[in-house]
Amino acid sequence: MINQMLVECPECAADVHLPHDVMANELISCADCGVELEVLSLSPLVVDLAPAVEEDWGE
Amino acid sequence: MRIGILVTHIRPEEKLLIAAFRAAGIEPDILLDRELNFDLLAGPEQRAPSGVAWADYALILERAVSTSRGLYTLAIINAWGIPTINSSQTAHTCADKLLTTLALARAGVSQPPARAAFDSESALAAVADLGYPAVLKPVTGSWGRLLARVNDRDAAEAVLEHRETLGGYTHQTIYAQAYVEKPGRDIRAFVVGEHTICAIYRTSPHWITNTARGGQATNCPVTPELDALCQRAAAAVGGGVLALDVFEGPDGQLLINEINHTMEFRNSSAPTGVDIAGEVVRYALVQARVTA
Repeated sequence: MINQMLVECPECAADVHLPHDVMANELISCADCGVELEVLSLSPLVVDLAPAVEEDWGE
Repeated sequence: MRIGILVTHIRPEEKLLIAAFRAAGIEPDILLDRELNFDLLAGPEQRAPSGVAWADYALILERAVSTSRGLYTLAIINAWGIPTINSSQTAHTCADKLLTTLALARAGVSQPPARAAFDSESALAAVADLGYPAVLKPVTGSWGRLLARVNDRDAAEAVLEHRETLGGYTHQTIYAQAYVEKPGRDIRAFVVGEHTICAIYRTSPHWITNTARGGQATNCPVTPELDALCQRAAAAVGGGVLALDVFEGPDGQLLINEINHTMEFRNSSAPTGVDIAGEVVRYALVQARVTA
């Protein structure tokens, strides 16, 4: 169970609210600075900047 | 039944797919492509990052945003006989615009004229053969990146010189497509198995209409004509779960532009009212049971 659904944006230090059903390795956006973050771990809750888009990324 | 979902990370689409599997009573294993480590000389008895032997998976749904990781993983596990969506063959064809064009041409599916060349001078000749304006595209790539509409020879020369000087080796294969005058929109149609489950219009004032580039999504009725074209195009690349980009030409003829094999659909369920993730999961479970 996750008790803390708030993390600090590693880019701008704003509070980032995580969705209640957040998953490990989910991408989320910081509402303040717009940077894309990846949830690296749920317990403990760890987020970091998501990897930059690479040339072969796509659908 | 054990199902794996191969991901680079979890996007809205993967969350929807996981929820749809759970609704069907299946907890899929999430397989991160960054954690893969294959013994290429061994077989499917080796363990996936989940700790489960690959052979124990009834099906792997490939959802990697990294095309290269997805393609090689599909090649490896298909070689072991593990079913995947999509198949390695389908994915390799769709990931390459030139191979997609060839497959569609072989099947007689309508598409814009396209040419390939490997040298700046011959590429200029290829574009001239198509006529200006034309579109230069990397053979691989997505989300509308590095597409160049060239309106005249000067523009084509500039793009080709940049490609030659700055591009990696994949940019040295010049794929040129005739520019199609669209009615301010194109169509993205979703094919799951033998059904065109829904479609959206992607409307944009820009000639690149990808929703990743700001195109607005609205519902597009799946007419018998659109359905028939999409079915033929999907079959031409081997079928599966596919998103087809369709142009409406000036004379109203529908043309297949590209086919995507790990489609994004976050913007498409709401306007169409179709549970795309649910449809994909239903198809995946049928495929897994058929091959079990």
